[in-house]
Amino acid sequence: MRASKILLTGAHRLAILAYIAVALFPLYWLLKVSVTPNRLLYSEGVRMWPSRTTFEHFEFVVAHSAFPTFFKNSLIVSGSTAVVVTILAALSGYALSRFSFRAKYWIVALMLLTQMFPLVMLVAPIFKMLSPLGLTNSLTGLVIVYSAFNVPFATFLMQSFFDGIPKDLEEAAMIDGATQFVAFRQIILPLTLPGIAATLGFVFTAAWSELLFALMLISGNDAATFPVGLLSFVSKFSVDFGQMMAAGVLALIPACLFFLMIQRYLVQGLTAGAVKG
Amino acid sequence: MASIEISAVAKSFGPFAVLHGIDLDIADSEFIVLVGPSGCGKSTLLRMIAGLESVTAGEISIDGRRVNELAPKDRDIAMVFQSYALYPHMSVADNMSYSLRLRKTAKEKIAAMVSDAGAKLGLAPLMERRPKALSGGQRQRVAMGRAIVRQPKAFLFDEPLSNLDARLREQMRAEIKKLHADLGATSIYVTHDQIEAMTLADRIVAMHGGVVQQVGAPLDLYDRPANLFVAGFIGSPAMNFLDGRYAREGAVVLPDGTRIPVAPRENLAEGAQVTLGIRPEHVAIVPESPMEAAVELIEPTGFGIILHLSLHGLPFKVFTLDREALKAGPKVPVAFPSQHLHVFDAEGNRAD
Ligand SMILES: Nc1ncnc2c1ncn2[C@@H]1O[C@H](COP(=O)(O)OP(=O)(O)OP(=O)(O)O)[C@@H](O)[C@H]1O
Ligand SMILES: [Mg+2]
Repeated sequence: MRASKILLTGAHRLAILAYIAVALFPLYWLLKVSVTPNRLLYSEGVRMWPSRTTFEHFEFVVAHSAFPTFFKNSLIVSGSTAVVVTILAALSGYALSRFSFRAKYWIVALMLLTQMFPLVMLVAPIFKMLSPLGLTNSLTGLVIVYSAFNVPFATFLMQSFFDGIPKDLEEAAMIDGATQFVAFRQIILPLTLPGIAATLGFVFTAAWSELLFALMLISGNDAATFPVGLLSFVSKFSVDFGQMMAAGVLALIPACLFFLMIQRYLVQGLTAGAVKG
Repeated sequence: MASIEISAVAKSFGPFAVLHGIDLDIADSEFIVLVGPSGCGKSTLLRMIAGLESVTAGEISIDGRRVNELAPKDRDIAMVFQSYALYPHMSVADNMSYSLRLRKTAKEKIAAMVSDAGAKLGLAPLMERRPKALSGGQRQRVAMGRAIVRQPKAFLFDEPLSNLDARLREQMRAEIKKLHADLGATSIYVTHDQIEAMTLADRIVAMHGGVVQQVGAPLDLYDRPANLFVAGFIGSPAMNFLDGRYAREGAVVLPDGTRIPVAPRENLAEGAQVTLGIRPEHVAIVPESPMEAAVELIEPTGFGIILHLSLHGLPFKVFTLDREALKAGPKVPVAFPSQHLHVFDAEGNRAD
């Protein structure tokens, strides 16, 4: 009985470790290549760690490439998209969760429909729409496009979080003297922080790694985002893997920081104690 | 404090009519208890008074002023929810002061009012805690505190004690009664609990299927139920019903031919189909009675004893405090004292 329990626990731990190893291995490889000197990249064969490490790739990427610009652009685009989408999704998710109105069914159906098109089909029409508005080759244009594509899913996400908050709470607030909007802001919103954090994180990473539209709508380095920038390490005749990986490692930092910042909200259940359960 | 008038109020959810023309005048500082089976529309009526549901037809007025279109926040009414609905991200003190803060009451005044209400409910040592760090009973008190702190025109309670255990419920029931005596606030209280209804109410409103069946003082409903529904709903164990035919000289004849004498009723015809009602505690076990019933089951409750009897196949119950009943043989002699008999006509309405 005891022995089998220990065995089971051991197997469980082992399975988790295996899973983590598989999930993190590509990241490890990224890091490994980024510190491998170019000379050793092909000459050493496949090794888990190079015999000599170097930071020359990082140095080059930070000091001599357009990477800092890409990085800044990506931060602006992803940050703005995350904020815009989360605000819109919080409001529309609340409406879908709490109000009953006639067009609700059709709005939900329409939002689902938008999620079904392959994005490639939409590149040309969107380019055609944005170009006379001067929104191609601009970060604002990217923010608008990303927001439009992320709002539906984020709305569903937020709606499910609002659905999880008892309706009694805002009714109590309204009886206490709040308007529905005040009840939303002062009672419901604070309780939805985990949901808002999750939505922010989801949208931020989606925008951070988006390539297709960034590639099609932006030409030139000034407004290019980091995934587009990564492609500049691919030249006609060779790929500079070391520099590319170094840039990749750097690009991971903001995403990691962002999740570190919001993980507090992701794991906590704020509504505990609201209603007897 | 305020009076509340409800006139011809109806409510439908889409095609489903839930309330059908409710009329009720509630006097200033009256304690009204709404009772009725699940789904009869008690909560719906309460929520309409609070402004949480729209009014399909009719009119609700508070202090003579029509409030149908008034938002909940402008009605100056407090409500205690069955789920308590405490704000989980606020301390007990903040929960209680929320309504005052929304009204921009002065800080010192808020502090005084909150500590006053907290003291009344014994919440003083818990003021800085979050709801999740409270027991069920404490949460219930906070919900009460949140309602009384701002001295509203009226209190609405939707089964506020149903999540508590029996002992705590008894204690809170007494506290609510004291609080009402203290504050004299107009109150409407929804409950499933007979004892709560009987002990708390100035008047009980018995509802069934979205219609008010009877309004009256608790003992009125108990002693003179207006119809079969009220007779069967109020009282525990429930009233016994025996079907029979009315005989004009003053008796009800059961299907087996047993004649049970009753006081003559004026508006009943000879041979009319009637239902005879008698409460279990009013059935007498008397040695000299000619009527004998078979004993089917004996249930001692500690306080008293419930006998399940059968009179020629018609089941009924007797409640007695006499421990001798525990030893009741296969047959007991019973009598139905005529002053305790209720007669209902074929439509189920009381016949006097
Ligand atoms: N939002 C709604 N939409 C449709 N029907 C509803 C809605 N709210 C309540 N009802 C219906 O109205 C009827 C009355 O409900 P209500 O909650 O008032 O009952 P109740 O008397 O409070 O019952 P309980 O004692 O179980 O709380 C029920 O049949 C219920 O299904
Ligand atoms: Mg109810």
